[in-house]
Amino acid sequence: MTTSATRRSEAGSAHAGPAVSLPPTDASDASAEPAAARPRRRPRWALLGLTPFALYALLFLAVPTFLALATGFFDGDGAFTLDNLTALTEPAVLGAFASSFWVSAVTAVAGAVVGALVCYALLAVRPDGLIRTFVDAASSVLAQFGGVMLAFAFIATIGIQGLVTVFLKDRLGLDLFADGVWLYQVPGLLLPYLYFQVPLMVITFMPAMEGLKRTWSEANATLGGTRFTYWIRIAMPILAPSFLGSLLLLFANAFSSYATAAALISQGAQIVPLQIRGALISETVLGRENLAGSLAIGMIVVMVVMMTAYSALQARTERWQR
Amino acid sequence: MTTIDQSAPAATPGDGRPAGAAVRFDRVVKDYGSGARALDGVSLDLAPGEFVALLGPSGCGKTTALRSLAGLEDITSGSVLIDGVDVVSVPTNKRDLGMVFQSYSLFPHLTVLENVEFGLRMRKVPAAERRTRAAESLDLVGLGHLAARYAHQLSGGQQQRVALARALVTRPRVLLLDEPLSALDAKVRVQLRDEIRRIQSELRITTLFVTHDQEEALAVADRVAVMRAGVIEQIGTPEELYSRPSSPFVAEFIGLSNRIPGVLVPGGVEVLGQVLPVIGEQPGDGAVVALVRPEDVVFTDATEPAVGSAAVVLTSSFLGPVRRTTVELPDGTLVAVQHGATERLEAGESVRIRFAGRPVPVHAAP
Amino acid sequence: MSAVRDSATPSKLTSRVILVVVAVVFAVPILSMVEFTLRAGIDGGHDLGHWAAILDPENSRKYRVLFQGIGNSVVLAAVTVLIVVVLLLPTMILVKLRFPKLQRVLEFVCIIPITVPAIVLVVGLAPVYSVVARLLGSAPWTLAFAYGITVLPYAYRAIAANLQSVDVGTLAEAARTLGAGWGTVLVRVLLPNLRRGVLTASVISVAVVLGEYTIASLLGRNTLQTSLVQVSKSDPFVAVAFALLALAFAFVLLFIIGRVGSIRRIRETP
Repeated sequence: MTTSATRRSEAGSAHAGPAVSLPPTDASDASAEPAAARPRRRPRWALLGLTPFALYALLFLAVPTFLALATGFFDGDGAFTLDNLTALTEPAVLGAFASSFWVSAVTAVAGAVVGALVCYALLAVRPDGLIRTFVDAASSVLAQFGGVMLAFAFIATIGIQGLVTVFLKDRLGLDLFADGVWLYQVPGLLLPYLYFQVPLMVITFMPAMEGLKRTWSEANATLGGTRFTYWIRIAMPILAPSFLGSLLLLFANAFSSYATAAALISQGAQIVPLQIRGALISETVLGRENLAGSLAIGMIVVMVVMMTAYSALQARTERWQR
Repeated sequence: MTTIDQSAPAATPGDGRPAGAAVRFDRVVKDYGSGARALDGVSLDLAPGEFVALLGPSGCGKTTALRSLAGLEDITSGSVLIDGVDVVSVPTNKRDLGMVFQSYSLFPHLTVLENVEFGLRMRKVPAAERRTRAAESLDLVGLGHLAARYAHQLSGGQQQRVALARALVTRPRVLLLDEPLSALDAKVRVQLRDEIRRIQSELRITTLFVTHDQEEALAVADRVAVMRAGVIEQIGTPEELYSRPSSPFVAEFIGLSNRIPGVLVPGGVEVLGQVLPVIGEQPGDGAVVALVRPEDVVFTDATEPAVGSAAVVLTSSFLGPVRRTTVELPDGTLVAVQHGATERLEAGESVRIRFAGRPVPVHAAP
Repeated sequence: MSAVRDSATPSKLTSRVILVVVAVVFAVPILSMVEFTLRAGIDGGHDLGHWAAILDPENSRKYRVLFQGIGNSVVLAAVTVLIVVVLLLPTMILVKLRFPKLQRVLEFVCIIPITVPAIVLVVGLAPVYSVVARLLGSAPWTLAFAYGITVLPYAYRAIAANLQSVDVGTLAEAARTLGAGWGTVLVRVLLPNLRRGVLTASVISVAVVLGEYTIASLLGRNTLQTSLVQVSKSDPFVAVAFALLALAFAFVLLFIIGRVGSIRRIRETP
């Protein structure tokens, strides 16, 4: 959801804090009494208040995650084994990881560039105006655009009987599928993925764009710089961490995406999430149950790396745009 | 399009010539679309090397005036001239100005030194010379040792100093300061304003300084222009503005004023049995309000019962070098008296006050 | 008009061109979906036949699974929002007021679901849900527990943004010194000021729940998305029509809330 005010703090960055920094009050309080003698005031009652949520997160987040990862280390009979992990090195699985990386990387980069352009264009639009509200609402909806509906949309557009396919064939004589119907294979994921990548980029990156302080462009002007120097020397370097961070987020988003692929590719396991589907649905995969667990481990490793890098970049952005 | 000759050697400080340009605002008008006027015929001359403060409450147009000189705002009519040349068609980046903004304008991704070098980089100054001049500029503000730091590692006062160094390194003809101290702590504010004044005197750059703090303006400027609602109400030296305010607005905006009812008589205004000369316009006849500074009110004894008034002490505040005591006249008027710190008065004490006799501005009684 | 356009803002022309091009490209799939639903026979005409079929009571049996799925999704959305408001929100307030050191921990917990994609989570959810089924039955609404986790990152950020701008600590202290009990503080002092964040969080949660497919599909429940897939196999036209309706609904909802927010902000600025 991207109303202007929440957007400003949405990505955790770029909120206009007070210009004067006051000394932290903690310092003076802490010096007042020695640490050992500080009494703990009524902690028990309040701690109880945290238990419902803690229990909930434990049951439905921690346990399933742990189970998902743990099953990767056990075989069907319950014995500890590393066979599932070595299965990750098989050509089929490696191929799926490669495809996943390729699709994620391409759509992340393309989505980031187009999304950034849209954010740039939105700078010229009134933040409280109709156009902006429209774009915000549309981005929020499309970013969540469920894989199923997305698949329908693209089948209707560039499927065999799709509007654009027919148009190109009848009016311009171009046969989109002359070399085979690629919509239902990995390359066919690119366009649908972009359909939610670009809105996600707009939602994630806009706060950074809006965080570009006016004084910077004015200072650039008074110091003799041009629009070109402003963008090349000031705005782009400042936006770089945020841009990269959003790009990583887009990558993670595409990598973990399942629904669209499931809807378009009904058979086969060309990318990792589909591999997991295959492992879960069929009773045995290559004679090894619990392959889903090791695939899950593989996915989580990738995601953890991505998200760590993302947090680091976010911290840098926050520091600069305070 | 007029161009400014940036290759002309700037005057070096100490050679007796002012380094700055002459600036003129000639009947500048700026309309907002909705019919409101930000500037309503502002005319102001800055002599080369002069330090002028634009002072006024929020919304009076002082920042707009400064920004139109910088080229960051368009004007509707009138002209802005630098060294006699109308700069309306000259874009900001060619006006050869230095500007310090109110809130932190340092580029966060560059070090302090790179920030200061920026203007020189825009002028294609070679790297070695750039670095030397930037280092010199940083030394001028006393921050040479922080050259490798980043903006977020500096305090507010330090950031504004860097901003100043950055603005000055290109030796601009005019220096613009848009409330540069407003966001700083009180003590830092006083330190930094003195430094700005010292540096400006050394370099002799024409300077326009915008502030809403009257004490600040009076402390640093050669001349102060008080603005209200898009017009300049009065321009003068700090002393002139303080002791001879030309209107009640200026009198009340600058320093403290007591409002004492009186009557216009030949020779001036009669207040509490004393006749004081009047500054500026006399509003017709009859009942008026005189604006008297607290330091122009003195305690007296009852030797001249026809002059002055009895009063009762309400509060007395110790201000360090002086005391300010508020007394109440029999008719309920409150008067602030500024006097020596050693004179201690208690609440409820009966006293007698009279005026020192200096001229006062008056305005019609409401 | 007023200020000189500074070098940071693109010209109106550039801005319009970019936005129009992107808008047109993004409109094409939507328009294709609309065109698809309007197709009439093999000869290629267009009419509203498919839309009419939805409203035809004759077909209600054929589309029952679809209507059931929609119903389930609505219930799921409601329960998920309930979880957000009754479980997440008080916890966030409690941490902000009493356990500021745990704020990082809470943030981390709420961001994890991004790192653990639904497809991975579902691997471990199956055994958990078999336990749940034994305790609470396998009605579709129980899926909301999993959904509450999936929406955590979005709901957390929406509420956190609001919490940052409202000084709950000071408000709570002021209310306490005036004699209010904690219940009053929560309901009459804090909640009214957190309306924006809670509303945003709720709307995002609804959008996410309505669009969720992975968990529902792999745990074998019937929701809007899974029923769409099922119906699409026999009657793709109706499936696409409903997909369009779901999209339009979410969009209109977000647009209205966005406008209300903007208008209030315009009125509040001095």
